[in-house]
Amino acid sequence: MKLITAIIQEDKLDDVHEALLNAEIERITVSRVSGHGQQQEITVLRGKKVMPNLIPKIQITIACNDQYEDTIVDTVLRTARHGKDGKIGDGKIFVQELKECVRIRTGERGIKAI
Amino acid sequence: MTQRITPRGWAVLAALLAIPSLALAQGDTPPTDSGVTSWMMTSTTLVLLMTPGLALFYGGLVRTKNVLGTMMQSFAAMAVVGVLWSVIGYALSFGPNILGGLVGWNSDLFLLKGIDDTIMPSGVPEYVFAMFQGKFAIITPALIAGAIAERVSFKGWITFITLWVLFVYAPLCHWVWASDGFFFNMGAKGAIDFAGGTVVHISSGVSGLALAIFLGARRGYPKLSTSPSNMTYVLLGAGLLWVGWFGFNAGSAVASNIDSARALTVTQVAAATAALTWVLIEAVLHGKPTSLGMASGILAGLVVITPAAGVVQISGAIALGFIASVVCYTMITLKGKLGYDDSLDAFGVHGVGGIVGAIGLTFFIRQSWWVDAGTKVAGWNWLSQLKVQLVAVGTTILFAAVMTLIIAFVVQKTVGLRISEAGEKTGMDHDLHGERGYGLNNLN
Repeated sequence: MKLITAIIQEDKLDDVHEALLNAEIERITVSRVSGHGQQQEITVLRGKKVMPNLIPKIQITIACNDQYEDTIVDTVLRTARHGKDGKIGDGKIFVQELKECVRIRTGERGIKAI
Repeated sequence: MTQRITPRGWAVLAALLAIPSLALAQGDTPPTDSGVTSWMMTSTTLVLLMTPGLALFYGGLVRTKNVLGTMMQSFAAMAVVGVLWSVIGYALSFGPNILGGLVGWNSDLFLLKGIDDTIMPSGVPEYVFAMFQGKFAIITPALIAGAIAERVSFKGWITFITLWVLFVYAPLCHWVWASDGFFFNMGAKGAIDFAGGTVVHISSGVSGLALAIFLGARRGYPKLSTSPSNMTYVLLGAGLLWVGWFGFNAGSAVASNIDSARALTVTQVAAATAALTWVLIEAVLHGKPTSLGMASGILAGLVVITPAAGVVQISGAIALGFIASVVCYTMITLKGKLGYDDSLDAFGVHGVGGIVGAIGLTFFIRQSWWVDAGTKVAGWNWLSQLKVQLVAVGTTILFAAVMTLIIAFVVQKTVGLRISEAGEKTGMDHDLHGERGYGLNNLN
């Protein structure tokens, strides 16, 4: 089992979400998060440039069985990028080994519970 | 509305303006009535308050990514029409008939320059009347935004409302409220439209429907879920609209007397009855009355009483409020089956509620009105008045729908009306304005 965490730009949420649904990846968790990597967002507020140090992003978390890993990573990669060459700030995808998964309703564990 | 400027009045005014010092010396300007003027200035302010109220109402109902873009549509109306009305809108609406009565025009009213010294026969400075009317011209195009939410570009919207106020609102306003207007002079005492059932609500609702059909639905409608961004805004907006509506209706008598008192009272009763009816319908059919149902009921009641506020009594207000909620609720339920995307039910509430009010009021008119009408045209009865109301409603629907489609076509072909597909996915806030509405959700 894998735990995939994708940090993407806010304006790409619809594209990524719809593409995941089309790829039959239907169990996802989405949160609003703030952070920064290389990107420095310059906002113009009332004519003054202000540089916030934390930029709003969307985090998508998906727990999956091993065979879905490539589909998910490829789908996010394809849809979360701005333009052909991408932009700084387009985000990252993290893939981790997932030790255990438990369905609260039934108490099922492991592969069946995902 | 009962105060108008007669063509003869304009001739006198023009003569006075030619020799301003003499005008003062002659002293034939009526004195300012500070009581009426105070109430009219208060009403003017209250009607303007409705537009930010509408912005909250609509903004709360759209998705988080479109909240600012949607609220900006209402605020754009305040800015655009705020200028347009004083430059030429008032002249087009309240000048004497031109083009066979299609619209009015008086070059003295261009930039309002002819009314700098005018006190109207009611004792109200004409500036106040012009601004009061201007607030109606602001909220009417803003109402249309509810039918086409989440899918119009800012420049397209600005262009559309500019043309719409000039080519739809100004002619309708002239027909209904100018002393030589075509609706104003139908039948015994004119088509009854106290505060804008036809010119404000039917016209904006029908135009909204036409525009929603012209633009097509939002991406993914009706499958895509579009949860409201903030229901507390919706209730706050509905509350502000209710408060502002007292200016809208009770100010429309252009008086501070029994007429305004009657309008004020029936406005309260109709809104409350409709709100109660709507939540009861939901409670019975679905088990849970909703805050959106409360807000929708309030609006339906306020809309339905708008044309009727000058002629019905409490029983009529209760009946109209009840009927409005039943009919509007049914229409909104039918919308899903008919398939058009009137996103926030501008047609379902304003169009339908306005039609119910303008026609339904015929059956609840107070006795003294009939007596008065009878002295003007012998034997004037409910059937004759119903015909007048039907002609006014029918003409408004046809005119608003056809003109809106023409304007929409022109705007789409020139500056573009619909937002880009990428912009629609991203959301109006980021795509059109480079901002986000709910910054507090960001830890920054």
